[in-house]
Formats: sequence, C-alpha cells, structure tokens
Amino acid sequence: MSLGLAAIRSLSSDTPAIIIQAAPKAAAVIIEIHSPLSASLTLLAVWGLIGLAGLLRPRSVALAGRTLFPLSALCGICLAVVALASLASPVEQRTLLVGLPDLPMHVRQDALSSLFLLLLGAASAGISVFAAGYFRRGEGTPPGLLCLQYHVFLASMGLVLLADDAYAFMVAWETMALSSYFLVTAQHGLAEIRRAGFLYLLIAHLGAIAILLSFGVMQGGSWHFTFDAMRVAHLTPGWAAVAFLLALVGFGAKAGLVPLHVWLPEAHPAAPSPVSALMSGVMLKTAVYGVLRVTFDLLGNEQWWWGLVPLALGLFSALFGAVFAAVQTDMKRLLAYSSIENLGIIFTAFGLALMFRGAGMQALAALALLALLYHSLNHAFIKSLLFLGTGAVLHSTGERNLGRLGGLIHRMPWVAALTLVGSLAMAGLPPLNGFVSEWLLLQAFLFAQQVPRPFINMLLPLGAALLVLAAALAAYVMVKFYGVTFLGRPREAGLAYAHDAGTLERIGLVWLALGCLALGLLPTLVIESLRPVVAQLGGGMPSGPLSPWWLLAPVPGRQVSYSPLVFFLAIAAVVMVTVLGVRLFYHGHRRRARAWDCGFGELTPRMQDTAEGFGQPIRHIFGSFFAVTRELPSPFDRAPRYSVTVSDRIWQSLYMPLGSIVQRAANAVAWLQQGRIATYLLYSFVTLVVLLALVL
Amino acid sequence: MRAIDLITQILEVIAALAAAPLFVGWVNQCRAWLQNRSAPSLWLPYRGIRKLFHKEAVIAETASPLFRVAPYVVFGAMTLAAAIIPSMSTRLPLTIAADAIALVGLLATARVFQSLAAIDIGTAFGTLGARREMMVGFLAEPALLMVIFVASLISATTALPAIAENLATQRVGLYPSLAFTAIAFTMVLLAENARIPIDNPATHLELTMIHEAQLLEYSARHLALMEWAAALKLFNYACIGFALFVPWGISTGAGGPAALLASIPLLALKLLTAGAALALIETVSAKLRVFRAPEFLGVAFVFAVLGVLVHLLLGA
Repeated sequence: MSLGLAAIRSLSSDTPAIIIQAAPKAAAVIIEIHSPLSASLTLLAVWGLIGLAGLLRPRSVALAGRTLFPLSALCGICLAVVALASLASPVEQRTLLVGLPDLPMHVRQDALSSLFLLLLGAASAGISVFAAGYFRRGEGTPPGLLCLQYHVFLASMGLVLLADDAYAFMVAWETMALSSYFLVTAQHGLAEIRRAGFLYLLIAHLGAIAILLSFGVMQGGSWHFTFDAMRVAHLTPGWAAVAFLLALVGFGAKAGLVPLHVWLPEAHPAAPSPVSALMSGVMLKTAVYGVLRVTFDLLGNEQWWWGLVPLALGLFSALFGAVFAAVQTDMKRLLAYSSIENLGIIFTAFGLALMFRGAGMQALAALALLALLYHSLNHAFIKSLLFLGTGAVLHSTGERNLGRLGGLIHRMPWVAALTLVGSLAMAGLPPLNGFVSEWLLLQAFLFAQQVPRPFINMLLPLGAALLVLAAALAAYVMVKFYGVTFLGRPREAGLAYAHDAGTLERIGLVWLALGCLALGLLPTLVIESLRPVVAQLGGGMPSGPLSPWWLLAPVPGRQVSYSPLVFFLAIAAVVMVTVLGVRLFYHGHRRRARAWDCGFGELTPRMQDTAEGFGQPIRHIFGSFFAVTRELPSPFDRAPRYSVTVSDRIWQSLYMPLGSIVQRAANAVAWLQQGRIATYLLYSFVTLVVLLALVL
Repeated sequence: MRAIDLITQILEVIAALAAAPLFVGWVNQCRAWLQNRSAPSLWLPYRGIRKLFHKEAVIAETASPLFRVAPYVVFGAMTLAAAIIPSMSTRLPLTIAADAIALVGLLATARVFQSLAAIDIGTAFGTLGARREMMVGFLAEPALLMVIFVASLISATTALPAIAENLATQRVGLYPSLAFTAIAFTMVLLAENARIPIDNPATHLELTMIHEAQLLEYSARHLALMEWAAALKLFNYACIGFALFVPWGISTGAGGPAALLASIPLLALKLLTAGAALALIETVSAKLRVFRAPEFLGVAFVFAVLGVLVHLLLGA
C-alpha cells in the first residue's frame, strides 16, 4: 500500500516533466494528422486528459495553475488554428466507436462547426491562461477538481459543435450543462450560490427537453436520429414550424432569451470569473450554433414568418438586458444582463436573416448572417475580457459591489487599461469590433425595406429604432461600469491595498484585447473567413474579392464603406499633430493641485455618484420595466433609511406563479405517498390489471 | 484621387477648425442682439482659446492618464468628423472611411471619452455631468440615427456625400418625411450641443449644468481643446443639417475649382442663417428641467420614426 502510494507520488511529481516531454511529440502527431476532424477530436481528447490529470494532485495549485491550464490554453490555440485552416475545407463525417452498441456517435466538421470551434479555441485560450493565475486554494473546490470540471466543460462544448446525430448532441449538451453546474457551484458552501446553480440546472434541463422534442419531431417518421436523416426528412409546414419553435425555445433557454433568461443573472455572478467568462463568452454561442444548425441545415425550407418570432424576442431581450444592466449594483450581474442584451441582438440578426431567406432575398440574408456570426465572435472576446477584468478586481479587492469600488485605475493600471478596451468595444464605438457587427446589422435593417410584405416593411424601421436604442444604452451601461469601478476615488479604505493582476492573468487579458483589436481593425479579413460559413448556411454573398483589404464595403452597388484602420490612423494622426503643435507653439507645463470642484471644501469619496445614482435616469425613464421597491425616509424618522431595490418583473409575474402551481400540483400528487406498503402493492396490482386490460 | 480632392479635403478641415469658434461667436452675438444687450466681440472665442493655451495646466491629484488624454481624443474625433462631413464639396477622399452611421459612432466615441474623463476626478459635479450627458446621448443618438435612416432610404445609401449629392442634384420637390426629420434633427442638435432648452451654455449654476459640468476640472490647453471641440461639434452638426436638408450650392466635383470657390460664400450664408435661427430658438425657449429632457428627446425620436413611416407610406 505504501509502495503504491510512493509510486503514485513519484508519478505525479514527474507528471509535469512527462507532460513537457510529451507535448512536442503530441504537437507533431497533431500536425501530421491531415484531417481537420481527427485533429479536432484529438484536441478535445487532450482536453479531457488534461482534466483527468488534474485529479492526480487535487489540492495542488502548482500543478493545475502552472502546468495544466497553460497546456489547455495551448490546445485551445491549436484548435483555433485547425478550425481556421479548415473553414473552407470540404465537409468531413465520421462514426465514432464510442456509444451504445446500436447507437454509435456520428461527428461532422463543416464550415459552421469550424467557425464555432475557432471561437471556442481562441476565446478559451485567453480564459485558460487567466485561470492559470486565478484559481487558488480555499475557494470551496480543490483546484484539481476544478481543473477536471473545467476541461470536461470545454471538451463537451467541442463535442456539441461536432455532433452529427441527436444522441451525440444530447449527450454532449447534457454533459456541458452538468459540468458547468459543478463549476457554477464551485463555492458550494454559500446558500445563494447553491440556489443559483439549482435555477441554472432547472432551466438548462427545460431547454434540453425542448431540444429533445424538437429532434423527435425532426426525424419525420424515419426513426433514425442522425442529422443526415433529418436533413432528408420531409416535414409538413406545420410540423416544421413546431420543430422550429421547440428548437427556438430550447436553445433560447440556453442563450438567455427573455423570458427564459432568469438563470443568467444568478448563475454568472455565482460562478468564479473564468467560468463566467467561459459561460458568457462561449457557452451561449453554442446555443446560437444549435439554432443555426437546426434552422438552416436540418430543417431546410424556412417560411418567412419564422423570422418574426426571434426578431421580436431578440429585440425585446436586447432592450430588456440593456435597461436592467443600467440599474445593477453588482458588477457581474451588470455584465450578465449585458450578455442578455447581446444575445438579443444576435437573435434579432437571426430573425432578419430568416425573413430575408423566406422572402427569397439571398444576398441580404447573407448580410444578416454575416452580422450574426461577426457579433458572436465579437461578443465572445469582449465579454470574456470584461468578466476576466472583474475577476481580477474581485481577487484584488474582495468586492463585487460597485458601491465599494472606485479609483482602481491608479492601483491596477494593466487591468484598467485592458478593461477599457473591452468597455469601449462593448459600447459599440468605432474603431473597435463592437461597432462592425452593429454597422452590418444596421445596413441589413436598411435593406429590409425591400421585403415584399407591406405590414412587415413598416414594422422593421421600428425594429431598427429599438435596436439603436439598445445599442445606445450599451454605451451608457459601459460608462457606468467602467467609471464606477476604475475611475474616481476609492469608496472604501481597503482599496488602497489592491494590487494589479499577475503575469498569467495579464497574458490572458492581453490575448483577448488583441483579439478585440484584430476583429475591429481588420473586418475584411474576418469577413473573407466567414464567407464559406455564410455560403454553407444558404446565403449567397457576392463572389469575388472584396475591395482593398483596409476598406469594408460588403454590399457592392451601394456606396457604403467603413474603414476602421483609416479611422484609427486619422484620429491618431490628429492627436499627435495636436500634441506636438501645442508643445511647439505653447508649452506643456502642468502641476498637480487639489480638485477644483467649484471651490467647495473637503472632498470625500462618498460625494461621487453611486451605482444606483448612475442608473437613476434609466430607472426614471424605463420605470415600467422594473419592479422597484423603495424605502423613503420621513422627516420624523429617528434613524432615516433610504433603500431602493430593483427586481425582475418577469420573475414575479411568471416564475413565482408557475412555481406555486407546480408546488401545489406536487403537494396534491404527494397524497399518493401514503407510506404503507400495502397501499403501494395495491397501486402495482391496479396498474398491472389496467395494462393487461389495454394490451389484451 | 485627384489633386483637387485632396486640396478640398484639407481646405475643409482647416475651414472647420478656423470657422467653428467664429460660428459660436456669431451665435452669441445674435443672442445678445435679441436680448437687447451689447454684444461681445465676434473674435472673443478665439481670444479665449489663445489665452487658455498660454496658461499652465492645473491637474487634480486624483486624475489618471485618461483625464489628460481625453481632450486630445475628443478633439481628434471632432476634427475627423469635420473631415468627413461634406460642407463645401462632396468629393472628399476620407469619406470612404466612414459613412453616416460611423459618423454617429464617432460622435459617440467623443461623448464617452468626455464622460469618462468627467468621472475620473471623482467629484460630485463631474459624475453628475457624465450621468446627464450619457442620458441625453443615449436618447439623442437613436433619434439622429433615425434621421439618417430616412435620408438613406431616400438616397439608397448611408454615405453622407452621396446623400447630399442626391438631394442637391434632384429636382426641387416636396419631401414630407424630410420635414418631420428636420424638426427631429433640430431638436437633437439643441440637445447634443448643450443649448437651451436642454442645457444653458452660459450657466454658472453647477446643478443645472450638463456640458459645463464635465469641463469643470479642466484648465489651460486641455480646456482650450475641449472648448474648441465643442465649437467644432456645433459646426459639424450644422453642416450635417445642411448636407441632409439644404445641400444646394455644394460642389459635386463636376464644376472644378470654380464650383468649390462658389460654394464657400454659400456655406457662409447658410451658417449665418443657421446661427441666427439657433439664437432665436434659444431666446424664445426656456430651459427644461433635467427630468423633462427625456420627454423632449422622446418627441424628437417619435418625429424621426414618423418621418420613416411617412416615407414608407408616401414614398417621398
């Protein structure tokens, strides 16, 4: 026994050395594999192995942090490279030997899968490097166990993207939900985190049931559940609509579409920050992948009115998410509502693409699909960057409440600078990446006037108006988030001890910020890569090379163009000329003094705006969205109190009644559990008699 | 790109930079005349900017590098906006880099940097001004985008020079949708440039400020750049209005240098009229309570959406 323990101990102490020696050999093996599908599957298997390796020494931060997570980041980069190289490759299919004897797993890699694998690999690379420096002991779950759950999560997301039959898809989907549940409840000692995890699992399962039913409808009588069979199955328009709506409900629950969004603002703040980044940045996009796969690939003949449902739900979610984000006081809840907003925008683009397809306007459907895919890529990088920034702040200050932060730009300059890039990108400001997808979507809305349905083409400008309102609110939300957290003066004395992020954390943040910059400044290259995906989804982009690489002009024939590089260079040129000119003609003297503040006396940090204060205009304007409870002091109070709580009206009007109905039904059914074995034997006897009567 | 286009581009930028403070001075003079006061000199804004450049910058101890960078970024954004708005000619090489939606995004960038810099010091007035500026901005930006939508629907493009050229070369006709959007645009102009009825540019009461509250901590060259950028913003908005609604007289590149030279006095005339109209609107209006500003901007938004619907129904 002690010999065995000694063997295991020596093995695990050698493990880092073994892995470091094996990595170049593994890389060579991967490069030799010509088939992208084999390469992707191998990398997913390597992720699984890395997860298992974390169990060798569960409590060691050094193993998980210094070795395993950077290794998984390397795998993520390899996966992204493989996926990027295979975007234009022909479709590959394979049957794996895993699975039940009669039910093997089919996998397939085509352009759509490759794009989302690229998203998964690239975003998770940055998050994994950050996580290497982030996870530490005492967070409720040992680091090695977290490593296992994290990598199972990554591998299952990859399998969702590669699955080619309903069985493999559902197995991977459920694994994704389960592993992320364990990750969300990493700090399971706290009751509110357990509650958030339960709510998350509940709605994830409701969505999974809807997806399962949708697959059940789509097999169309052939009782073969492979996607190939579903592609050729003929469904009547009614059943096709049923399958589409079920898939929309199922994938919408995972994506956080209103009204199935209630789990997002609970689960994302409860999880550790790298997990929140992974969930918000990557997992929500698997839902987008699912809905694209089902609608454009498996179902086939879309009807134009299908587009109305995601369009309406998406616009409402976008506005809802933005409005709620503006009144939050917890920085991670704010980002969670912002995710709801962005997924709403993605579904708006999806609805628009469906409507164009249904009306036979392929080129415009391609434009809307382009906006959708570009926004998915953008959001993955931006949201991951923002969540990781909040993770660094949380670890450094111990505070999640915006009311106790402030002035962190002085103590944490790296995190502040990189989070500034993320905030500006999320606000949709040129020349960063958030603006490009917004621009493409607005161009698509502009062309929507040509849809040959008289009622629809009058409603669409209203849709565009709501979209720009949500986008403008996003800028408000990001100014609030960045300003209250990083700028101003520290609102608590303890913030003076805040320290900047470590090296690994910085590398992760820089990787994601560079991704944002690349997506923003080089849109033509990105669109060229997205071309095969759009072609596969059925849109017809105008062929031929786009105009010069630094100019984005996606629609020939109209003189619209946008060049972020020229933008950026022009502003930089003017800034430099101004700085030099001022120094040359005048001077650059400056001195420091107390803030002017109109000559008022002592400045305390409490005189700044609070997070509630910054959200007050939104609360005032959009009052009917919220359920606000306010406690106002009266002049006669001995100890005056003011408090305002903003909560979700949908939770109170939809979920609480549903919950009480289910509880009452369960109480009624519980009457059956009498507790006496004689009664249970009677139930079995009666059931047997009834079944015999039916069968015979 | 012909040489004359390059010259036109540079000329436009220089003209905007030079004429923006003069435009502000003209508006102040008209306002003084209407209010029966003796007017300040037309060149007072220039003297003010020059005086500020000479001074030594006093920066608060709690300021971060963002505070010092923001005036340059805001000034750069406004200058780029001046370069891509067709005021004298529609043949501007830089306009391929940005269409009207990117222009609105550029103005939003300037607004966000201004607000962030205001929050940076950590005073009550700075955060107050930032909060109000973002509130006005998030309501005014959709209205402005809807106005641009209508113009884009009429001209089938979102590129501002193409819109201006389209309207300038067509037969003079009645566009009811443009009438609605002109009202919406005027209201957005008043809101975004901190004019009465949203904000009083001459106020010294801190609790009623929106724009001035954000500049409270700036001094010397930073304040000079911010004031110049504000003047440029007003000039840019006026030129956007001319390009969308009264583009006649603009040089479309077909006439050569003569047309370009002829467009300059026409632009000056338009600016004189617009400045006087702005002063008149400011004099007859009272400043709204801040809580009423969303209603004002909501009306602008509704007018813009009405313009879109009218265009779709009437086709004009």
